[in-house]
Amino acid sequence: MSADLAHHFDSYEQQAKSASLGVWVFLVTEIMFFGGLFTAYILYRSKYPEAFIAGSHQLDIALGTFNTAVLICSSLTMAMAVRSAQLGKRTAIVGFLMATILLGSTFLGIKATEYHHKWVEHLIPGESFHLDEAHLPTHHGKPVLSDLPTGIVGESRADAPLSTAPRSDLQAHTQLYFFLYFGMTGLHALHMIIGVGLLVWLLSPSSKGKFDADNHNYVEGVGLYWHFVDIVWIFLFPLLYLVGRHG
Amino acid sequence: MSTQTEFVIPVEEAPEPGDHYLNHTFGLASWLLTKDHKRIAILYLISISFFFVLGGLMAVLIRLELTTPEGDLVQPDIYNRLFTMHGVLMIFFFLIPAIPGVLGNFLIPLMIGAKDLAFPKINLLSWYIYVIGGLFTFYALVSGGVDTGWTFYAPLSTTFTSTHVMAVALGIFIAGFSSILTGLNFVVTIHRMRAPGMTWSRLPLFVWAHYATSIIQILGTPVIAITILLLAAERLFHVGIFDPKVGGDPVLFQHFFWFYSHPAVYIMILPSMGVVSELIAAFARKKVFGYHFVAFSSIAIAVLGFLVWAHHMFVAGISVYAAAVFSVLSMLVAIPSAIKVFNWTTTLYKGSISWETPMLYALGFIGLFTIGGLTGVMLATLGIDLHVHDTYFIVAHFHYIMVGGAIMGYMGGLHYWWPKITGKLYPKFWSTVSALIIFVGFNVTFFPQFILGYLGMPRRYHTYPAEFQVLNVMSSAGATVLGLGYLIPAIYLIWSMRYGKDASDNPWGAVGLEWETSSPPPVENFETPPVVTWEAYEYHESTAMHSLAPSSRGSYRVG
Amino acid sequence: MTTSSIHVVPLRVYLLVFASLLVLTATTVAVAFVDLGTLNNVVAMAIAAVKAMLVVLFFMHVRYSTRLTGLVIGSGLFALAIMIGLTLIDYATRGWLGVSGK
Repeated sequence: MSADLAHHFDSYEQQAKSASLGVWVFLVTEIMFFGGLFTAYILYRSKYPEAFIAGSHQLDIALGTFNTAVLICSSLTMAMAVRSAQLGKRTAIVGFLMATILLGSTFLGIKATEYHHKWVEHLIPGESFHLDEAHLPTHHGKPVLSDLPTGIVGESRADAPLSTAPRSDLQAHTQLYFFLYFGMTGLHALHMIIGVGLLVWLLSPSSKGKFDADNHNYVEGVGLYWHFVDIVWIFLFPLLYLVGRHG
Repeated sequence: MSTQTEFVIPVEEAPEPGDHYLNHTFGLASWLLTKDHKRIAILYLISISFFFVLGGLMAVLIRLELTTPEGDLVQPDIYNRLFTMHGVLMIFFFLIPAIPGVLGNFLIPLMIGAKDLAFPKINLLSWYIYVIGGLFTFYALVSGGVDTGWTFYAPLSTTFTSTHVMAVALGIFIAGFSSILTGLNFVVTIHRMRAPGMTWSRLPLFVWAHYATSIIQILGTPVIAITILLLAAERLFHVGIFDPKVGGDPVLFQHFFWFYSHPAVYIMILPSMGVVSELIAAFARKKVFGYHFVAFSSIAIAVLGFLVWAHHMFVAGISVYAAAVFSVLSMLVAIPSAIKVFNWTTTLYKGSISWETPMLYALGFIGLFTIGGLTGVMLATLGIDLHVHDTYFIVAHFHYIMVGGAIMGYMGGLHYWWPKITGKLYPKFWSTVSALIIFVGFNVTFFPQFILGYLGMPRRYHTYPAEFQVLNVMSSAGATVLGLGYLIPAIYLIWSMRYGKDASDNPWGAVGLEWETSSPPPVENFETPPVVTWEAYEYHESTAMHSLAPSSRGSYRVG
Repeated sequence: MTTSSIHVVPLRVYLLVFASLLVLTATTVAVAFVDLGTLNNVVAMAIAAVKAMLVVLFFMHVRYSTRLTGLVIGSGLFALAIMIGLTLIDYATRGWLGVSGK
């Protein structure tokens, strides 16, 4: 890659504006891509609130919060890297890119640890899935019970009798929660890995001084992508980790 | 006014083609590694034609089976695979990429006065992604195909079928990215690469149509991508998201699937409508009536198209309340399409009509699309849909739109811009004859299917009660004629590339930037970058077809 | 040249946004432990939305970008809202209207 003007553009400005618009349009496709999972999440959470509470309580809130902070820090360093590119400050760009890589990798490492915990606790959806019902959380002062077999959105459970439905419903519905947990955080993690790859790719041209005020499209583009992935996590964190946390 | 260069060039004395995009470089590598949007358009032309033939073969076998009430040609299981692969190939590998990939790619930079699309390398990548997706699907086809119908409903696709669902799903998943990248490229190009003076209100309606199509591709296609991933998770790992035994809902699959697949039908028809606008203007020698209405109706179709998907699910088990909501919304989406038809018709009124082949296709489009569209309004009506859902009425409805509409538009566009793309003219006799054969063959094939569906013949069945045989035989006979109709252009178009007469810059005497450069165009599209000072479709009443002289208003070349 | 069209965001703006994001994260975690009934969901999403807006406006420079950028984002959010909203209309209303004949 170079800082040259491509032959079909008339000016650096046209090139930069085209690149920026292109990245934004791509991010919109990502909104719709993740959006499907969010839709499924909203639907099933409203159908099986108890299972989602039970599932959420299996997650480590301290690790999740820490990871959120790590990602926010990486957003700052990414923004600083783009800013340095705008100003053409070669060493600063490289430094901030490396910091972002480090923070992003930390996030992924912690995520891998969390996944490992889930594996040990038999919470990976599949044949060996088993929710430990001996230590179910309480919600509104009452222990979380099995859901109705086919919940209808909005149906109140507050005064329903102790459920006589088979215990396995809670297992089944919590497995759905964990499928969404792994699906959403897994897709997010995949995007993070790609993001780290893109950052590494930027290191070489950055160190050679290829980016300056006139041409820093690639840094800006990767930055937009990185921030988008951060925003996805900003929504995933409360939706997955903070469900029914009040006893 | 500046002195006019002599534009009137008798066809027999057309100059020998100079240096242009076809002969500038030679060799396989110069084609497979090209970044020229015009060459990429040709690459698309070859590949989509291949899939059209493949999908067409499926159709031949289907219609052959249906000439008799008994299932005596193929096993029922094979029949299921035939109609599934017919749908998959035609929709994802022909109809969706055809006009944008071939005509859009070739013409949009020319029409806006640019040297290329905004991202030429991504354009090439788009084609390769499409080909790779096609290869996966082709592999699945030769391995036996899929039997679920192109709609892949859970739980058949996720749990009960043993066919190559994953291979086809993967092929479609990959091809989807091609669609997204093309849409992205077009949007950025149209926003950022217009020549000086080419304002939004001067854009050809073909460009507006592709802009609207691109919006749909960008917003809709990612949803089919995630749907396929969920399908894969369910099929491979039995996670339960669509499985009622563990609390999932199979109807959720349908919501996700149709959220894309309904807007997808607008991806298939909008570019064709853009072509028709160009053809009507050129061959009535009049500017399109209500330009802004037609332009904005494309955007309206794109937006409204996202609000109606559950009309495919009226009998799937959605709530009656939701069905009513989607029924009303579906009727709304007919309005912008109707606006277009009204405006095209008004354009024809008191126009100077000439019966060139592209015009025949455009007129065919208007008639057949209207029939298909009106039956769509019928289907939006809950009371009717309850009875004709999953019957041949539906099959007829969407074939009127997709074949009578979209493919007619594609054929018209191909014939209109063929001289520009190849620098050659094709024989008028055969092009006229084949257009008429296609029109007749199409109607004989699909009109009986409206009646069959109304009488109750279900779709996706390889046997039927004996009383339906007459109409089925009629339909199959029509299909034979239709197939012949498509075969003839394949022959003379290829023939023309070697033996056709050379075309001048503007053989139709049409108005548009693409006609202001040579046929075929040079690699960089224009000798000097144009500056636009005239409105779209500035046809002057005195210019008749035979003089080949363009309007005397406005300057065409900046020199 | 293009140097006039870039907007370099002041350092203190970035640091202010960064601090706000951390504070809001702490807030959302703290509020999660307080029983607000159905409001818990609303507050959590509201905080997330504010955090997202800060990232979009300042880290992603939308505050200093063209209207087109805003339009592009808006169309994406609109499509997302439609997908979620109209899908839930089905699920939320099952059982509202009877099927005729039943």
